[in-house]
Amino acid sequence: MVPLSWYLILSAVLFCLGVLGFLLKRNIITIFMSIELMLNAVNLSFVAFANYWNARGGLLPSGKAVVGLSGHVFVFFVMVVAAAEAAVGLAIIIAVFRTRETLNVDRVNLLKL
Amino acid sequence: MTDNLHLWAIPLLPLAGAAINGLFGRHFKNRVVSTVALFFTAMSFGWAAWAVKTAWPGGGMTLPHIETLGTWIYAGKFSVPFGFYLDQLSMIMVLVVTGVGFLIHIYSVGYMAHEGGYYRFFAYLNLFMFFMLTLILANNYLLMFVGWEGVGLASYLLIGFFFLKDSAANAGKKAFIVNRIGDFAFLIGMFLIIQHWGSLNYDVVFKAVSPISPEAGWGLLTAIALCLMFGATGKSAQVPLYVWLPDAMEGPTPVSALIHAATMVTAGIYMIARSNAIFSRAPHALEVVAIIGCITAIFAATMGLAQTDIKRVLAYSTVSQLGYMFLACGVAAYSAAIFHLMTHAFFKALLFLGAGSVIHAVGGEQDMRRMGGLRKLIPRTFWVITIATIAIAGIPPFAGFFSKDEILGQVFASTHGGKILWAVGLLTAGLTSFYMFRLWFMTFFGELKLGSVDAGEEAHKASAPAHAGHGAASHSHGHADDHSHGHGGVHESPWIMIAPLMVLALLSIIGGWVGIPGSMGGHNEIGNFLKPVMTASVSTEHAGETAGLQERQTEEPKENNSEELMLAAISVGVALIGFYFAWLLYYKRPELPDKITAKIHGIYLLVLHKYYVDEGYSQLIIKPLLALSTVVLWKGVDQAVIDGMVNGAGSASKGIGGELRRIQSGNIRSYAAWVAIGGAAVIAYMIYIGVAK
Repeated sequence: MVPLSWYLILSAVLFCLGVLGFLLKRNIITIFMSIELMLNAVNLSFVAFANYWNARGGLLPSGKAVVGLSGHVFVFFVMVVAAAEAAVGLAIIIAVFRTRETLNVDRVNLLKL
Repeated sequence: MTDNLHLWAIPLLPLAGAAINGLFGRHFKNRVVSTVALFFTAMSFGWAAWAVKTAWPGGGMTLPHIETLGTWIYAGKFSVPFGFYLDQLSMIMVLVVTGVGFLIHIYSVGYMAHEGGYYRFFAYLNLFMFFMLTLILANNYLLMFVGWEGVGLASYLLIGFFFLKDSAANAGKKAFIVNRIGDFAFLIGMFLIIQHWGSLNYDVVFKAVSPISPEAGWGLLTAIALCLMFGATGKSAQVPLYVWLPDAMEGPTPVSALIHAATMVTAGIYMIARSNAIFSRAPHALEVVAIIGCITAIFAATMGLAQTDIKRVLAYSTVSQLGYMFLACGVAAYSAAIFHLMTHAFFKALLFLGAGSVIHAVGGEQDMRRMGGLRKLIPRTFWVITIATIAIAGIPPFAGFFSKDEILGQVFASTHGGKILWAVGLLTAGLTSFYMFRLWFMTFFGELKLGSVDAGEEAHKASAPAHAGHGAASHSHGHADDHSHGHGGVHESPWIMIAPLMVLALLSIIGGWVGIPGSMGGHNEIGNFLKPVMTASVSTEHAGETAGLQERQTEEPKENNSEELMLAAISVGVALIGFYFAWLLYYKRPELPDKITAKIHGIYLLVLHKYYVDEGYSQLIIKPLLALSTVVLWKGVDQAVIDGMVNGAGSASKGIGGELRRIQSGNIRSYAAWVAIGGAAVIAYMIYIGVAK
């Protein structure tokens, strides 16, 4: 069986890639995708932990056994929210493109001093 | 007989006059203004006379008679009432103040007739009466202090009455500031009283003090007495705070008579006499009072010798006479002090008003060297001044003789270095007689030198600043243009000015007869009258040294009649010697003074320059204080520290804001970077906590 730490390392790497993409990329679409990447990195760690928990027998410190589905449920929540966010975000991006005719975030800086 | 005398009306009537004249006087004719002022002052005098008559001892009314109108200040257990206090002491004071005040009001109608600001003058004068009567009639120290500060204000306003003149404005400020120094000590004294007895009401304080023996209450009582005394030195122009009074002569002459001779400057004496319960238990403080009085008396008398401005001679004479009263207080002869206060109010008011009449007659000239021979030109003024001069010189049976003799006798009998103080007092009496007759001869005898400028160059230079002031004074006086040339211009003052002078002259003659001592066949009525006030608070069980003094003061001296008579004879002799020298130097051989001053040039200059006291104060106190204020307090503390803190707070937030606003760049990716950094910081912190566990 693949140990938990591998999942977590993969999750961390994905998350870091997401962060770097978020910070370094100028195209809004790419940034948006980086956010999705970070969300999915978190999702990965959620399911990894959930699986790990159940594999250990779901024992609480008190000795009571609880089969946890919350990790999985969280992942679905994140997916739903991400979908909604993607819908809203893409709408905003389209609106921005219509007015500014660019997707370069460095040029979407009207609030700058 | 009613028990309620409505004492509040006595001070409030003049206040009403001041309010009417002050608020609406601008639109009144002069006649209306003076009618209002005189009416309210006369009402006040009448009311005071009625109250005194009703409450006269033996009339079935208990003295002191206290009327409380309500509470003024209320804080915890401490409260200060609006209360009025009538006893033998305030009876005398209130009659002197309203009586002399009324006469001076009448005189002012004539004297100020040609001045600008007529309504202002009478509003101030009435305001002064209000505060002075509050001071006298208050039943606690704080209300007395209100009056005390109020008369200071009125004095300031009236000294600076000709406020367009720099010297007058400065003299007003000087009087006010010097008085503040004394008032500070007065306040400290009041705080000490509050701290220890929890009240400022006379009856409570004196009752609390009365069981304390001089030995038991030594430190506290001495401290309180010294603080009160220092307050009195400011108001009553004693060394070291006397410097304001001579300058106060910048005010109109009736003001000098009323405020700076007859009434306000005696407030310090009144306060000490009022606090006799405290002072009598602080023998060391009493000694200080006596010594200060003695020094002031002789010091001011010598300064009076060389003055050439008629009003300044009288000013130094006032300081000197106040020194006498202090001296009397200092040997616990409070009754004698009040007696002298009363007679002094008569003859010194008369002298000032007479001098005002002379100045009026010669068109604003105040320099005695340019007067002379006025005897025949203004005979009525001449006669009243003659009476006053004899009275102040201490020649019987005029008023000044009895009161001065009473003081000297008490001082002689005192155990606290009485003989030395007596000798100095006697010398002062001689000097007083000399400079007063000098004034008399210079003004009324010889030839009129008006308009000629042949006075000694040296003396002229010395008093140059004073002269500049007087030049302006004569202009503002209105007569200068019409009358300053030739003998024909000299004219007697109108009757409205002469009549009050005659009343005061009468009082200067007979005023002393209420205090003829037993040794001369009298009964010292005033001493006996004041006895309850001055001794009631001294308990008999502590019949120590001071109590002994008290008894001696009021007892009818029987066994030492001859000694008393001898002392009286000596003081009359000294007064006559003073007269003789004045006659010799200023009438018989008028060339002598110049020769003498040439011989003792150094001393003469010293005296002429008033011992350089003003200069000394300027160098020792005012300049360092100014330097301290300018360099340290203004430029150092205020500008650098306080302004620095305020401005620093402003520029610091501006600078920090300027730096911090760079964070909010409007650039999406920099926001993202901050979010990432924040997240990383949170994670780092959590890891750190996990590791630490």
